[in-house]
Amino acid sequence: MTLRRIRLVLWTLVAFALVGVLALQWAGRRPEPPQPPFRPDFALQDEAGRTYGMEDFRGSFALVFFGFTNCPDVCPTTMSEVAQVMDDLGPEADKVRPLFISIDPERDRRQGLAGYLAAFHPAILGLAGDGAATQAATESFKVHFGREEDPAAPDGYSMSHSPGLFLVGPDGEWLRQFPYETPAAEILADIQERI
Amino acid sequence: MKHLATALGLAVTLPLAAVAECASVSAGGLTVTGAWSRATIGNERPAVFYVEIRNEGETADRLTGIDTPVAAMTMLHRTVVEEGVASMPHAEAVEIPACETVGLAPGSHHGMLMGLTAPLTEGESFPVTLQFERAGAVEIDTRVLSIRAQEAQCDAG
Ligand SMILES: [Cu+2]
Repeated sequence: MTLRRIRLVLWTLVAFALVGVLALQWAGRRPEPPQPPFRPDFALQDEAGRTYGMEDFRGSFALVFFGFTNCPDVCPTTMSEVAQVMDDLGPEADKVRPLFISIDPERDRRQGLAGYLAAFHPAILGLAGDGAATQAATESFKVHFGREEDPAAPDGYSMSHSPGLFLVGPDGEWLRQFPYETPAAEILADIQERI
Repeated sequence: MKHLATALGLAVTLPLAAVAECASVSAGGLTVTGAWSRATIGNERPAVFYVEIRNEGETADRLTGIDTPVAAMTMLHRTVVEEGVASMPHAEAVEIPACETVGLAPGSHHGMLMGLTAPLTEGESFPVTLQFERAGAVEIDTRVLSIRAQEAQCDAG
């Protein structure tokens, strides 16, 4: 009698445990509570010295890249994709503004940012502020960059940086990241769907 | 005058050659093909060198360096994306295993051409010498493509 009772208690416990596990799994499947909108920003200058912030691009999508022009592999690859997206947008290209934010602003200003970017696509706006403004812009977009001393590199250093592309909506809200090497067609399809 | 004519003739044939076949050079079991670079804006920024190396031999080889008259300094690099941050550390050498094809290609290994003697202009080409541990030196004609190019543009592999 007692044995049977113990068995019953144990089985009841097992049943409770199973219900608990299932409940936890169900709770885990529920969507995350909505996050407050994330609106990254910056105050950086173009080659003519005009200061831009994200509010200057309200009403259009912004496709934002952080890079440097002494970067012969990652940056041209991504800028080519951005240029392809702009070409393929056709008449809707005026609804998207591609931005190149320099994380090597002093050298990029000296060597000319606008002429370099125009070779990819005339719509790409190059921005390069001072050190503090650049730091603030990267923190706002939550991207990382660093300077790597390298005696063999031009000017004795190279830069490391987040190679993704960021899409910001017409209301200034951060929408998504396209990881490095996302094909242009995929970026295009995503933007066209939102337009 | 004759020299001028030859020079002009060369200037005309080089861009024409660029839309035809990619150069291909073999040494031992290695075939080096599809060498290309991107046009540069000015000559202050480093240029890039990409190429395909087919090893049809039964022994592995290693690419240990590159050299070209258009750059004062060259180096082998590898693009690495780690924890969301891209950098391009030096690569001591590029391994070319037996019976495999290895590419210096966007997003992986590349040659860095620093201290350009002149800007690289689309449609032109320049020689690059690849130094292999076993196969020795292999010179290949490298085509300068658009700054927007993403891969070699060859009629046939
Ligand atoms: Cu490099």
